Amino acid sequence: MIQLSVNRKEFNVDASPDMPLLWVLRDMLGFTGTKFGCGMAQCGACTVHLDGEAVRSCVTTMERAAGKEVTTIEGLSPDFTHPLQQAWIGEDVLQCGYCQSGQIMSAAVLLRENPDPSDEDIDAAMSGNICRCGTYQRIKKAIHTAAKLQKGGSVK
Amino acid sequence: MSTTTNYSRRKFLKTSGIMTGGLLISFMVPSGAKRLYNPEDKSQIFTPNAYLQIGANNNIKIILAHVEMGQGIWTTLPMLIAEELDCDWNKIQVEHSPAGAPYNHTAYGMQITGGSSTTWSEFDRYRNAGATARAQLVQAAAQKFGVAAGDCRTENGYVIAGGNKATYGELADAAGKLAAPATVKLKDPKEWKYIGKPMKRLDAKNKILGKAVFGMDVQFEGMLTAVVAHAPVFGATVKSFDDSKTKNIKGVKQVVKVPNGVAVLADHFWAAKQGRDALNIVWDMGPNAKMSSALQLQEYRRLATTKGSSAAKKGDAEASIAGSPTKINVEYVLPYLAHAPMEPLNVTVKPGKDSCEIWTGTQMPGLEQGTAANILGLKPEQVKVNTVFLGGGFGRRATPSADFVSEAVHIAKASGKFVKMVWTREDDIRGGYYRPAYLHKVQIGVDGKGMPAGWNHTIVGQSIMAGTMMEGMIQNGIDGTSVEGIVDSPYMAEIKNQNIELHSPKLGVPVLWWRSVGHTHTAFVMETLVDRLATNAGKDPVAYRRELLKNHPRHLAALNLAVEKSGWDNALPAGRYRGVAVHESFGSYVAQVAEISIDKSKLKVHRVTCAIDCGLAVNPAGVKAQMEGCIIFGLTAVLYGEITLENGQVKQSNFHNYKMARMNETPLTEVYIVESNEKMGGAGEPGVPPVAPAIINAIFAATGKRITRLPLKPTDLLKA
Repeated sequence: MIQLSVNRKEFNVDASPDMPLLWVLRDMLGFTGTKFGCGMAQCGACTVHLDGEAVRSCVTTMERAAGKEVTTIEGLSPDFTHPLQQAWIGEDVLQCGYCQSGQIMSAAVLLRENPDPSDEDIDAAMSGNICRCGTYQRIKKAIHTAAKLQKGGSVK
Repeated sequence: MSTTTNYSRRKFLKTSGIMTGGLLISFMVPSGAKRLYNPEDKSQIFTPNAYLQIGANNNIKIILAHVEMGQGIWTTLPMLIAEELDCDWNKIQVEHSPAGAPYNHTAYGMQITGGSSTTWSEFDRYRNAGATARAQLVQAAAQKFGVAAGDCRTENGYVIAGGNKATYGELADAAGKLAAPATVKLKDPKEWKYIGKPMKRLDAKNKILGKAVFGMDVQFEGMLTAVVAHAPVFGATVKSFDDSKTKNIKGVKQVVKVPNGVAVLADHFWAAKQGRDALNIVWDMGPNAKMSSALQLQEYRRLATTKGSSAAKKGDAEASIAGSPTKINVEYVLPYLAHAPMEPLNVTVKPGKDSCEIWTGTQMPGLEQGTAANILGLKPEQVKVNTVFLGGGFGRRATPSADFVSEAVHIAKASGKFVKMVWTREDDIRGGYYRPAYLHKVQIGVDGKGMPAGWNHTIVGQSIMAGTMMEGMIQNGIDGTSVEGIVDSPYMAEIKNQNIELHSPKLGVPVLWWRSVGHTHTAFVMETLVDRLATNAGKDPVAYRRELLKNHPRHLAALNLAVEKSGWDNALPAGRYRGVAVHESFGSYVAQVAEISIDKSKLKVHRVTCAIDCGLAVNPAGVKAQMEGCIIFGLTAVLYGEITLENGQVKQSNFHNYKMARMNETPLTEVYIVESNEKMGGAGEPGVPPVAPAIINAIFAATGKRITRLPLKPTDLLKA
């Protein structure tokens, strides 16, 4: 049994310690908002936070997550008040939407560490996340918008 | 800790409310369309037609005959109904339809989302669905208020007559008892509230919260996950296999042989994948074991020198070219391309005694239903297809052979289990159904004024339709999807002597439509050739195109708008170069100007200015989003897209060697929509074809080099 804390809830999981966190979250605990895209840390669709740091859960063992707080897209801001969520709606960012959990989880760390990112900062932080629909330009715009919302504190 | 629960397996449906929410449960309640025409139904839901339901709670449920794969139809089709129904936009709920005849494509006669056709093909049907319901609600209100129907008006979900006012929900039950009017009058476009206005996506919030259910997210208690060991070579078959190591892996439940390989069923994906990787399979490699891209190109080159099927013939191309003062000879080589939607293919199948239920993201639910029924020996109506969100499609989820659903149904049949088949990314990249590889051989005779006088064009590439249920659409040896964009090119219409031939070799690599289909290669060829002709004539590429397109006003309108907005006539900063392309596909006319620079053999696309004439843009916001996405899709093909074979095996496997354009490679994209009352076209695909030629023409402006092979190689970017 490995004890995991996901979105501030405790779970005892009976699986191999080297099982990727992605599959524990999705197939055992039912957090299907975290997506499988490549299985080798190439696309970022599976991005979650481990103690606030963005990790690719497809190559992160469950063991590594033990004793840390795991945050998934479901736990980021269930009341839908996170500036990124508001900005994603405002800029009408997504298309198929499959990669967007990972995009938002990557962007959330960027925005926390760099409240006013430049285009180059966004490129650097977000180029690990693939969007096959090609919504990059809107993601960039939405991150700028979220930065403004975060500063002003005014979230519609 | 009191909140701790032990999870040894998938128990969350029973044990937890917070994690799965209502969405999974909603799979288990009868879907809306199941209630169609059900006289026993006492639920007071007004179902005027197959596309719409109005509940007593004022909720408006709109049932989509087409599927949402990112193209925005979850929003556009509701706009059409809301426009005529005059309902409250915030009360709209949307659902995919089941498989069924009412949801057949109005033009294609089968249930399909493809060909950038949803909006124009549903424009009348969905508006009529809304107008019919509105007429019945008005009639019900008139009876309730004791006034004439003509004295009632509707507003945002209410019927109002003088001091009387009732919500649609209050009227739903009575309206459902009235006969539908035989004809309805649709709104004058001047009264449109939604159509033509930019509307934000209705599927956004759930997708942002991680709540939206894609096929990959379908989970039920007791369900297993299957991962399949696919043949390493197309057409190879299993000779024998040893699963003793597989069966020792914790969580593995069953191993079954299926026509495509060997499937490992387990408690979860990870166990199934480990089990799959531990299989020891002896394959009979079959006839394709020696296939390679190099040999294929040799063979295509040989074929191009032989007589092909005639796709178009006018005048005497050969004589005209022979007599022309200038001759241009070019060969183009374009690779296989994988769709690589972000969500790898997956299908969930629940086999029953006399039934089967399927959950998947598919562009052809009816075909999947029929195929599953065939495999299981059931009638189609015994198979229920639940379409969930598609994590990208781009054509890959519309296989005429129903490849992925067939595979999953075979697994369920062989195992007898309720199972979700999941492909890995490697299965996806190596799984075939590619945009065919093509070779074009072109000779052009140019007259003294620099205009093309004779055009001899041979295309070599596999037919997408051959060997499928669509084979009947091949006429006189010509699969239209191989030659579209050339035979119907506006330039060809102006050329008196032309000969266009096609070879469609049969190969073991399965091929398929890939976002914009034939136009993916033909627009590249035509628009780079026209650019070459312009240079040869000593003319500006835009001016030269305007001359050739003088009888093609929609091409011209798109071209002129893109050119104007790009600032084509203004000088660029040092080191920046422009290229242009214009192409019609799927009834829409798209022009793009790409602005690039080259630094140390690395291409940077800084900006793409795009203009589209798609006729009426029902949701201009959606059209713009599609153009932006198309540009990135096209850019990926220019920079990276290439599937190659060696010893029968696909060399690429995942995103590290089948690369995608990323954020740092994204140009600034501006999209402009031509004000147009012309015939409606599509938006999902027509933005792709001009991207590659616009960029490649810009590279010519920078280097003086004409690139005729994709994807780009570093040496392509050196100066000529």
